[in-house]
This record gives sequence, C-alpha cells and structure tokens, in this order.
Amino acid sequence: MSDAGTNVVWLGSPTFPRAASAALANPQLRRNLRKATTTIRDKRLAATGELDDWEQLREAGAATKRRVLRHLDRYLLQLEESVTRAGGIVHWAADAAEANEIVAELVRATGSDEVVKVKSMATQEIGLNEALAEAGIRAYETDLAELIVQLRDDRPSHILVPAIHLGRAEIRETFVHEMAHWGRPAPEGLTDEPRALAAAARLHLREKFLRAKVAISGANFAVAETGTVGVVESEGNGRMCLTLPETLITVMGIEKVLPKWQDLEVFLQLLPRSSTGERMNPYTSTWTGTTPGDGPQTFHLVLLDNGRTATLADTTGRQALACIRCSACLNVCPVYERTGGHAYGSVYPGPIGAILTPQLVGVEHAETLPFASTLCGACYDACPVQINIPEVLTHLRAKAVAARRARRRTPSGEALAMKAATAILTSPGRLAAAQKAASLGGRAIARNGVIGPLPGPLRSWTDARDTPAPPRETFRSWWRRTRPQHPSGEQR
Amino acid sequence: MRIALFITCFNDTMFPETGKAVVTVLERLGHQVEFPLGQTCCGQMHFNTGYRPEATPLVRNFTEVFAGYDAIVTPSASCAGMVREHHAVLAEESGEAALGRQVAAVAPRVHEFAELLVDVLGVTDVGAYFPHRVTYHPTCHSLRGLRLGDKPVRLLRAVRGIDLVELPAADSCCGFGGTFALKNAATSTAMLGDKIRNVAATGADVLCAADNSCLLHIGGGMSRLQTGIGTLHLAEILASTEGDAR
Repeated sequence: MSDAGTNVVWLGSPTFPRAASAALANPQLRRNLRKATTTIRDKRLAATGELDDWEQLREAGAATKRRVLRHLDRYLLQLEESVTRAGGIVHWAADAAEANEIVAELVRATGSDEVVKVKSMATQEIGLNEALAEAGIRAYETDLAELIVQLRDDRPSHILVPAIHLGRAEIRETFVHEMAHWGRPAPEGLTDEPRALAAAARLHLREKFLRAKVAISGANFAVAETGTVGVVESEGNGRMCLTLPETLITVMGIEKVLPKWQDLEVFLQLLPRSSTGERMNPYTSTWTGTTPGDGPQTFHLVLLDNGRTATLADTTGRQALACIRCSACLNVCPVYERTGGHAYGSVYPGPIGAILTPQLVGVEHAETLPFASTLCGACYDACPVQINIPEVLTHLRAKAVAARRARRRTPSGEALAMKAATAILTSPGRLAAAQKAASLGGRAIARNGVIGPLPGPLRSWTDARDTPAPPRETFRSWWRRTRPQHPSGEQR
Repeated sequence: MRIALFITCFNDTMFPETGKAVVTVLERLGHQVEFPLGQTCCGQMHFNTGYRPEATPLVRNFTEVFAGYDAIVTPSASCAGMVREHHAVLAEESGEAALGRQVAAVAPRVHEFAELLVDVLGVTDVGAYFPHRVTYHPTCHSLRGLRLGDKPVRLLRAVRGIDLVELPAADSCCGFGGTFALKNAATSTAMLGDKIRNVAATGADVLCAADNSCLLHIGGGMSRLQTGIGTLHLAEILASTEGDAR
C-alpha cells in the first residue's frame, strides 16, 4: 500500500463477503438503495436513450481516454506548462502522504486554519480532511451529501451520492444534533422535508463560504492544451468555493488530463447523462490559472499519482484509469444495489471500485474485491467510456490467485480443488469416473430426489437452495448406450 | 453441415435431458448431430475464479476435439461465451502460437443453441408444442455476453400452446455467478430472492432460460421455498411435441 494514511481502503474493514452480509441484513439500507438506484437507473436510460449517437459518443470518449493513457507523460508536462503560463502553480505528489503534506503546507502559508471543500474523490482517496485536522486545519465539506456524511462522522457509500445509504429522517437527526458543533446550528423545529433540510444546509454553509480564505477542490478534467481545470456539479456550492476564496488548491489524479478543449464536447455529454441522468449538469465551472480581480488570486494544482503509474503499467488493468467517476456502474450493479457502498471497504465502491481499489493499493490488500461480482456485465454496458469491467475483474482474480499462491507455503483448499478439477477434466475417462462417483454420492444423500441443506463447505450453496440429485445416467453414457452407430471421437 | 454437440461438463453430469433435447430438435429439423466423446469442459470455472494456468489444458483439449466441424452447438450461453471470448486470451497467455491459431479456427464456430437455430439454420418454428404458462429469464451471458437479443423469445413464441408471459426486471442478474454463489453466498441469496419474487409474480408454471447453471440456482431456491414452479432449459421446451406428457 502506498502509505498508511490512504483512504483508498479503509483500514480494519472486514472482507467484502462479511461486510456485505451485515449490510444485507439492514432493511432500511436495502430500501434506500433499491429506491435510489432504481430512480437513477431509469433517468440514465432516458437520458442516454434519446441520443442517436450515444454509442459513438461512448466510442469517442473511450478513444480519447486510451490516447491520454498511452501518452500520459506528454500530456501532463504540457498541462504543467499551460497551467504555469496562466499563473497557476503545479505540484507533483507521488502518494497520499506527499499530497497531504503539500496541501497542508500551502494552507498554512496562507495563515488560514480552515478551508471549504468542493466534493472531490481524490481528496477522499488520500484522507485529506484527516491529515489537515492533524495539521490543525479544519476542512468543511460543502457538497450537501458530503456535509451530511461529515457531520455524522460517517463514510461515503457512493461516488456521486455519498449519503445514498441514509433516509431523510436520519439526515434531519444529524442536522439537529451535529450542525451546532460545526457552525450555525439547525433552525428550531426543523422537519425532514427535503426543502427544509436544504434550507438548513444553505444557512449553515453560507457563513463558511463568506468567511473562507482557502478552498480545496478536485477536478473532473484538466485540459493540457489550455491549462483549464474544470468541475461539474449540481448544487452551486462548488462554484461558491471555486470563486469566493482568495486561494484555490485543486487535487487531481493524473489520469484526469484531456488533450484539448474540444474534447470537453464529448465528456460534458457523457458525464451528466451517465451520472445524474441529466442532459446537462446544472453547474460547469472552468478556470484557467488566475485572473486579476476575478476569483481566486492564487491557484495551486496538485497532481496526484498514488498508485496510478503502477496501474498504467498493466495494459489490461489500466482501463480503470479511464473512469470519469459518473457512477453509472454502481447504479446498475445488482451487487451494489443490495450491499451498498460501505461493504467495499474503500472510498471507491461498486464495480469500478472492485477494479480500481485493488490496483491502487495492490491486489493483495483488497483481494476479495475482484470477486465481489457475478460478472453479469451490466456495468460494462452502462460505462460511458466502455471500460470492460468484467474483463478487468477476471484479470485481477488471476492476479489475486497468483499472489496468494506466491504467499502461501501450502496450496489453499480451493487451489487444490481447481487443480484436481483440471486433472479430471483433461481426460474423458477420469471425467466419466468422477461423474459416476458424483451421481452415486449425490443420490445417496438425496431425499425424494432432492439434496437439502448440508454441513461443511457446501453449506453456502445448500443453505438457500435445494439441488436435484444427479441423474443415474450422464449424457455421454446415454449417447454410448443408444448410439453405437456413431462412434464419434475416441475415448481416452 | 457437420454439427457437433458440446454438451458441457455440467449439463453432461446434471442435465443430460437438455442434451437429448438439442439432439431431438436438430434431428427433427433434418440435421445429423455428432458427439465427440473426447470432449470435457471449456474451463469457465477456472477462468472466472482466477485459475488461468489450470484452464489452458482444457482449451487445448477443446480445440483438438472440436477441430474440423462446421458448427459446434452448445446448450449453454456462458460456456459458448467462454470459448468465443476467452479461449483466445488463454491461448495468448500460454505463449503457444499453434494453440492461438487452433482457437482462432474453432472458437468462432461455437454457437449457443438458439443462435444456431436462428442465425445459422434460419429457423424459429421448430415444430414444438408446450401447453404451459412459461416465463423466460435472459441469463447475463446470453443477454450481455452473446447478445442473443430476442432470439430465444422468438423461438418460444413459435411454440404451439405456450402461454409466454413477461418476467419483470428480466435483465437483472439472478445472483448465481459461478463461484460467486459460494464466495458471496449472502449477496447471491439476496439477488436470488428478488429473482424468485419476480418469477412468482408472473404466475408461470415454468421458468425457462438458456443456461442450466442459472436455472439450478433459481430452481434450487424455488424448490426450497416450495413455490411449485419448475425450471426447463429452452431446448427442452423446443423438443416437446404433442406426443409428450409434460
């Protein structure tokens, strides 16, 4: 792992299967997730279905991202030059610790001990808020859902909708009990009406916007050609942070660079339609360095690696770096819909998290994540930049198995079983013998032709499912018995 | 046309009736089916669980056994997908150029049963009779892997006597996922529960699909809950005629 401060995986989290079991037993969570994912799914289908050229847009987005990843070194240097020319200052951070140190130092230099934040996955990933707190700097999340999560001392459970696991009654409770510790308290008699909750958040946040001298943001993209950095959002709170304070510090993963301004044409269509199911997102903010008398007068861009270069070296796995954080894959994932995001134990949940997290931290530190999928392929179909998530999942499964093999002195039970299966399945004769044994054994434990609950390792199958007893005669036996006139193939 | 049947190790052991049904339908349509006895397994379980080196010998066996046939038919969308999409990957990783060439020659000739009927043989009415209420679950590998689209449903619509009813949220995964069902049993069961709820809501007597593995999972849950709803592979419905007592 790059360093202990990282939030890519939450230290001490249980494995996915364990955490998922706990989440599945929470009916409130199941209800919230079902309702939210179904709503966003339908909206996305409507917003993508109305475009005749949606598939071409996906292809264009994927092609641009492929090009960026192939020539990432060049585009990053070009970006540094463009940003510097426009009056910004570029910093390079190899890992989370370095990025946190750079940001803390930059804030300290302004003399401020607080910052307002635009919703950002990159700063979540590096655990920036915690690092700033250690440096005596208070970071205020201003995205409504991130604010809720921060007030509760909770963790985000979705890339786009971090509080998707919460209902409005829980949000009201949080506002009533926690807002006062962070600034302006919730109004007297606050109800759980969405309008009332939004108004309470607005009052609470406004005093922070007007006071803050420093803002921290992430970035949805940065244009190498012009040095323009951009954030898309729905609330306008991001724009408050991006325009009011004197100093703006942006932390951006190095894969977010785009070659040309014109490329935004594609991504500003792909992103909102895939994420919120809107034709356009309400607020698109772009800035190029600094402008005297307008907006922040000091702009820092921190370019974050934190495992990305290592991911880039894997030509199959690197597809994960094309992600534009739309979260369409989460919303269509049948696993995510039922377990929610916390089960993934990472700031990046869902299908994209299952392929990104293990690569950023090393597959041995997140080895159950590539297996947290049925390989149903819904994510691949939904992905606006055509990331073949099932392909990367099976690729990472192979890496996880290889890593386990290298680590263990003796093979695992699963490895032995797989080896035995190969030995049986490479010989039709051995297969026939194994089938005979399975049929005899299966029929011996069956009652009325059905195998019920069993103890031992097969419990996880038989606990919820009956299994028919295997038939007396396999297909190949039937064929040999009934069709001696077709001796196709040789028995070996 | 020389048509070979790839029964798959799973159907061979657990669902021989499905294989017999494929043979019945193809012979009824006037085709001769061969069954190469050297066949075993496509290696899907190994591949999807991360045991790639263990899957490669199975790729080798598959390409040797099925070389020379014009068409290879299999009553499993996920095994067809494994051969067509992933055998080339394994051949490449093995570094054996000859294996790569063999895979390139054999893999494209592998067809899932509905694909063979509709795309290769150009048939949708196979002369079947099945007087029951049926709902069809498009398995993930048939829907998003092989992109079978409405081919299975077109075949079912042409069956005489059938009462074909639509399955709500049909395109949602049933939660099987091979070893996923063991490694993530709780999540698998949660998905299974939702699938069963939707199947039961249709009032169908029979749930049909193009993969017996998914049907083993859904049918196993339905049996445990005593729903009384049966499962049948598409081929078995298409093989049924007036003379059958189903």
